[in-house]
Amino acid sequence: MAALFQAPTAFSSSNSLDSNKFNHSPSPRSLSERKSSILTVRSDARSNPLLNSAAHKPHRFITNAVATKPDTSLASTSSKPGHELLLFEALREGLEEEMERDPRVCVMGEDVGHYGGSYKVTKGLATKFGDLRVLDTPIAENSFTGMGIGAAMTGLRPIIEGMNMGFLLLAFNQISNNCGMLHYTSGGQFKIPVVIRGPGGVGRQLGAEHSQRLESYFQSIPGIQMVACSTPYNAKGLMKAAIRSENPVILFEHVLLYNLKDRIPDEEYVLSLEEAEMVRPGEHVTILTYSRMRYHVMQAAKTLVNKGYDPEVIDIRSLKPFDLHTIGKSVKKTHRVLIVEECMRTGGIGASLTAAITENFNDDLDAPIVCLSSQDVPTPYAGTLEEWTVVQPAQIVTAVEQLCQ
Amino acid sequence: MWKSNTIFNHFKSTLNFSLLSSRRFASTIAQNPSTFNSIPHANQVIDFPGGTVKFIPEMRFISESSQERIPCYRVLDDDGQPLANNFVQVSEDVAVRMYNNMVTLQIMDTIFYEVQRQGRISFYATTIGEEAINIASAAALTMDDVIFPQYREPGPLLWRGFTLQEIANQCFSNKYDNGKGRQMPIHYGSNKHNYFTVASTVATQIPHAVGAAYSIKMDKKDACSITYFGDGGSSEGDFHAALNFAAVMEAPVIFLCRNNGWAISTPTSDQFRSDGVVVKGQAYGVCSIRVDGNDALAIYSAVQAAREMAINEERPVLIEALTYRVGHHSTSDDSTKYRPTNEIEWWRLARDPVARFRKWIERNGWWNDMAESELRNSLRQELLHSIQVAENLEKPPIADIFNDVYDVPPSSLREQEQWVKDTVKNHPLDYPENISA
Repeated sequence: MAALFQAPTAFSSSNSLDSNKFNHSPSPRSLSERKSSILTVRSDARSNPLLNSAAHKPHRFITNAVATKPDTSLASTSSKPGHELLLFEALREGLEEEMERDPRVCVMGEDVGHYGGSYKVTKGLATKFGDLRVLDTPIAENSFTGMGIGAAMTGLRPIIEGMNMGFLLLAFNQISNNCGMLHYTSGGQFKIPVVIRGPGGVGRQLGAEHSQRLESYFQSIPGIQMVACSTPYNAKGLMKAAIRSENPVILFEHVLLYNLKDRIPDEEYVLSLEEAEMVRPGEHVTILTYSRMRYHVMQAAKTLVNKGYDPEVIDIRSLKPFDLHTIGKSVKKTHRVLIVEECMRTGGIGASLTAAITENFNDDLDAPIVCLSSQDVPTPYAGTLEEWTVVQPAQIVTAVEQLCQ
Repeated sequence: MWKSNTIFNHFKSTLNFSLLSSRRFASTIAQNPSTFNSIPHANQVIDFPGGTVKFIPEMRFISESSQERIPCYRVLDDDGQPLANNFVQVSEDVAVRMYNNMVTLQIMDTIFYEVQRQGRISFYATTIGEEAINIASAAALTMDDVIFPQYREPGPLLWRGFTLQEIANQCFSNKYDNGKGRQMPIHYGSNKHNYFTVASTVATQIPHAVGAAYSIKMDKKDACSITYFGDGGSSEGDFHAALNFAAVMEAPVIFLCRNNGWAISTPTSDQFRSDGVVVKGQAYGVCSIRVDGNDALAIYSAVQAAREMAINEERPVLIEALTYRVGHHSTSDDSTKYRPTNEIEWWRLARDPVARFRKWIERNGWWNDMAESELRNSLRQELLHSIQVAENLEKPPIADIFNDVYDVPPSSLREQEQWVKDTVKNHPLDYPENISA
């Protein structure tokens, strides 16, 4: 049983985007005008044969010890277990649960407190936990990131929110020179268990400065881990895992995915930070992707299946380090790799992934790796131009056809 | 649909004073906006966020500097005589211990500088001329106060019990260095002593200190955080944002600026045009004081008072200590190239903080020449011994290149570690003997 794809009727696009985002909302546009619509993936949370068939260890439970709440509701309640929510609510749920569980967890960032966060991820938390634990900061990214690092070194577990990932470029000094390094240079004496999170990626006409893909720039920093969420399920699981990790973790969210609706389990779960997610098993080609591009790939997959192809789609989720175990198994099966990313061609995640796969699995490849990325240009504002800088499903279909010749 | 009135509504809602007045900190309660005076000729005022503001019909620019420079607090004159009797008394034990540590710092710096010149360590930076700031500030704090140094403050470590052997181990990067050989010399760090590892980056520690103060405030501990930086460091963006944050958050942090006149070759006249660093406090809503940095008792009193204010009143304090960097910026610098030798000599001899303090304790009958020579000799011996031991110890193992990057090394790093070990094993002649795998 493959996951069902529905046209986004339940997903109210423009309206909820407007009400939830701050000043850079998109111009009104009906969904049919847009080629790249965002899909709502609905999967039955109970049994997911996709996972079982891939002989993948169950990704619901993490490998290190985590106390889960006793399973009370599952047996007795209605036929559909779990509850529905939007991705930003899933992030908030994960955050709230961790803040309840551990009093050292705190949030800092611009407008996270009473305003509830620009994307409403921290809405209501300041009222619940007090505004010392959900701290509004002045506009100085480098400094509040530094503050978070200092707080972490003295025992707190801060979550630092960048209103947009692009703003964290201002925090690069603290992230690279201090966050990534101080555990190492202090000889292991000081830990920095921070989570740095925020929305990035190309949105709807947000302009070049608000369309950055920071995973490219951060991937080289030693000492940090990077993960990208793409569904409400993995958003909550990765948020919780990131908070519990002793290492600094950067959690990449996407501006356009916050209003994805899905059903997630009621019981507590934490995902592994280093595991990729098998989205659709297949035989012909391995398509590696993450974040928003997952949805473009799945839309292309629909077309490909109609044309008789059987693509295997993996959401790599862990951007640093790569889950070469899952990726390698897939490569050994299909012998062809297509990487679909939103990063720029030069120096992006795709470039690193290409190198890693070539180095490790060269003998298993029947064809050179193909990497579809954005061009090396700043993201233009005009809607049509912007669309052409992002990889579209049609290009993915063509690439697979060429790869499988 | 995004309409223009939505922007207006959003803006209006942020101007909603009830939203602002529900703030946690009582000091920022905003006023009711409806009390506009309607009397045309009398003094008109406006209730604005932060308080009432008077209107005036004259256009008055605030001058960029005040008539007089902010005066500097000192207790002892250049000859070690108290100027007044109203200073915080220091007991004989504390005073002698302070003096011992200042001398230790002085000798340690002199010898390690020579060791670098002999090529036995790669780098060193001295604290000559700033011993009073280093030791007296530490003496006024407790062990629970967390320290965020720049790199010219090993004094607090010495005060808190870090041994000369540990100093030597760090400078020689041997296997007993608690930084595991990962940082340059003088980049000490010890969580046991609540002294955070030095990073070479300038001023990045200042927001760290604010974050630590935030953590302390959440835990309601009887402690504060303190951070040191130089006149040059006060130009970095991190300084300004950190002061701003600390004021807004009402965080218990002491900002101690060692204004020593030089940032490598940049004199303060090229660094800022304000009256030093002390006046910047008011710009951010932080109370501040200017202190004679070469007067141990003045530093002691000021830091002690600042600590009380920071903890009891939950507020940040800025202390500008005026001093002079007698040594070069580091062993990679020759400061005679950009400043006159007689200026250096004058500060080294006439304004030596160690000699000045010595005069005071001798006058109190707590010290004498014999004690002095005994101290200096035994310190020299202890240092030379520590250096010899440190120099001959093994360096850290190859595994320490890859540990502590993360809590647990991922497979990629383990692979890289294996590759290095294999390379060393296969080409033993290309690698030093005292590397253990």
